[in-house]
Amino acid sequence: MNSLSVPSAPRLLPLGDTAWTLEFGDKIDPALHARVLGLAGALALARESGDAQFVAVVDVVPTFRSLTVHYNPLLADGERLGEDLLHLAESAGSASQVGRQWVIPVCFDEEFAPDLDDLAKAKGLSRDAVIALMTGASFQVYMIGFMPGFPYMGGLPAELEVPRLASPRKAVPARSLAIAGAMCSVYPWESPGGWRLLGRTPVPMFAASEVDSPSLLASGDRVRWQSIDKSRYLEIEAAIGAGRFDRQSLLPGVA
Amino acid sequence: MSGLLEVIDGGIGNSIQDTGRFGYRHMGITVSGALDSWLARCANALVGNAPDCAVIEIRAVGPTLQVTHGRIRVALAGELSATITRASGRSQQVAPWVSVTLFPKDRLEVAFLTGGTAYLAVSGGIRSPLQLGSRSTYQRAAIGGIDGQPLMSGQSLPCASQDHRQYHEYHSDPWSCAGGAACTVRVMLGPQHDYFKPQAIDTLLGCEYQVSAQQDRMGMRLDGPPLAHLTVQSADIVSDGVTPGCIQVPGNGQPIILLADCQTVGGYPKIATVISADLPLLAQMHPGQTLRFAAVDARQAKSALLAREAQWESWVGDMAFGVHNVAALYNDPTAAWDYVDDQSNEECDR
Repeated sequence: MNSLSVPSAPRLLPLGDTAWTLEFGDKIDPALHARVLGLAGALALARESGDAQFVAVVDVVPTFRSLTVHYNPLLADGERLGEDLLHLAESAGSASQVGRQWVIPVCFDEEFAPDLDDLAKAKGLSRDAVIALMTGASFQVYMIGFMPGFPYMGGLPAELEVPRLASPRKAVPARSLAIAGAMCSVYPWESPGGWRLLGRTPVPMFAASEVDSPSLLASGDRVRWQSIDKSRYLEIEAAIGAGRFDRQSLLPGVA
Repeated sequence: MSGLLEVIDGGIGNSIQDTGRFGYRHMGITVSGALDSWLARCANALVGNAPDCAVIEIRAVGPTLQVTHGRIRVALAGELSATITRASGRSQQVAPWVSVTLFPKDRLEVAFLTGGTAYLAVSGGIRSPLQLGSRSTYQRAAIGGIDGQPLMSGQSLPCASQDHRQYHEYHSDPWSCAGGAACTVRVMLGPQHDYFKPQAIDTLLGCEYQVSAQQDRMGMRLDGPPLAHLTVQSADIVSDGVTPGCIQVPGNGQPIILLADCQTVGGYPKIATVISADLPLLAQMHPGQTLRFAAVDARQAKSALLAREAQWESWVGDMAFGVHNVAALYNDPTAAWDYVDDQSNEECDR
């Protein structure tokens, strides 16, 4: 069986003279992503320990299936850095449970969920059954991209997989919970978009004021959605507006 | 000492930029920063700033600024000029590559730019708030600049006032790294050149491409012979990392070169990537202009970058200081020549 064989070495691909992509495969696959996170973790450790090999590294971007390492070309021998990254990847292994475990409130009321009824109908499910599937699943954050703070999450129950809207909306309201294909996300801002909207969270996905981590979520995090009613939604929204909200409260496993 | 400029008219396409915002791309936050980083450094050098101070990047219609307080030295780098209207009502033309000192109520009106990119530097650099380690404007996330917005009327731009009456100014030769009318841009193949038919590589490296009018700080579309993907399916990839300079090719085969405000990940295959030494060439291209690509390897890319750095060192070494700004003297009745060395000029704080 292929899945039992020793994982192959990643491909080392240049993005000009300022970045390398270490590509573990060409598919969306939790096993590939675990290898991406394994290398990202090993590289973070090496950088924290002041490893001179990696001083030129300026940005490290995990995606579904690869890790892109951006560097300052004046501070690095690019080819040498590429070899060092390949060596690191050989010893790094996989890491699947590295991220934080979030529980994020979502209101599924009709006004926030314009596509929920259509989806339920198309799938032959009740509205409550769709909500139960969404709140019962654990979603894995593969990567942040498209726009700042926009998480691409896998783990959508197969019963809910659905293509994008044939005609994208001109304006998706900020903080809309959305699904498309086998993916789930939350729009950080109002923007055009073709994903199906199933609810809305009062919690911002992106806050520039959070200097250490403006993006709420990170690659490797896991997310569960918690259904809340409109009054609770408004309460949390007001608390966030008044600066009386702590992101830590969304991490119930952390004391 | 602090100085303050008021934006009377923001113009079009102008933003505050510095050397960029690093360390946040894994959160989807692009690098931003000056499209032509060497030219931005030139503008800074012309007012006595450190090379990484924040400047105003001008892409189309220049802004109009008025001094609220302080004696503020300004300079333009690029192919454009400006008009100063002194508080007395007298007008004066300002060329690029020379600094000028402005006084309270003086107004600086920067002209049109017919294409490309130019920079306006002010003494001390634009001291808008640092956000996530940079002052660069990134409009999509509303960060950097003034409230994340492009330059617009009513904004106040903090900078530094000259400590002394230094009515002598900087001037230099024009900086140019442009390739001229038939510009050649050097690329390294990849990361996904194997998603294309072999003849697509020959097309990319053998044919001319025209810069289209569809361009902004995110990217630049080119028109030319289409680049054929290996199969219909290979026109899409599972999104992976991108960087400024990446040449992505969607299904229609027409290349798009990503620039400073590009997204952090993308789903089109990237046939090649422009080397860092040649990124400024892209910032200076006008719609309709022709360019060619040439492939280089990593070693050639590194020597091109070192050559560009050496060229800049030489340019800044040849810059002259001590040119008498007669107009400034004429304009300020209290002025006396004061040959204080310029070392006291405040360094920018990043």
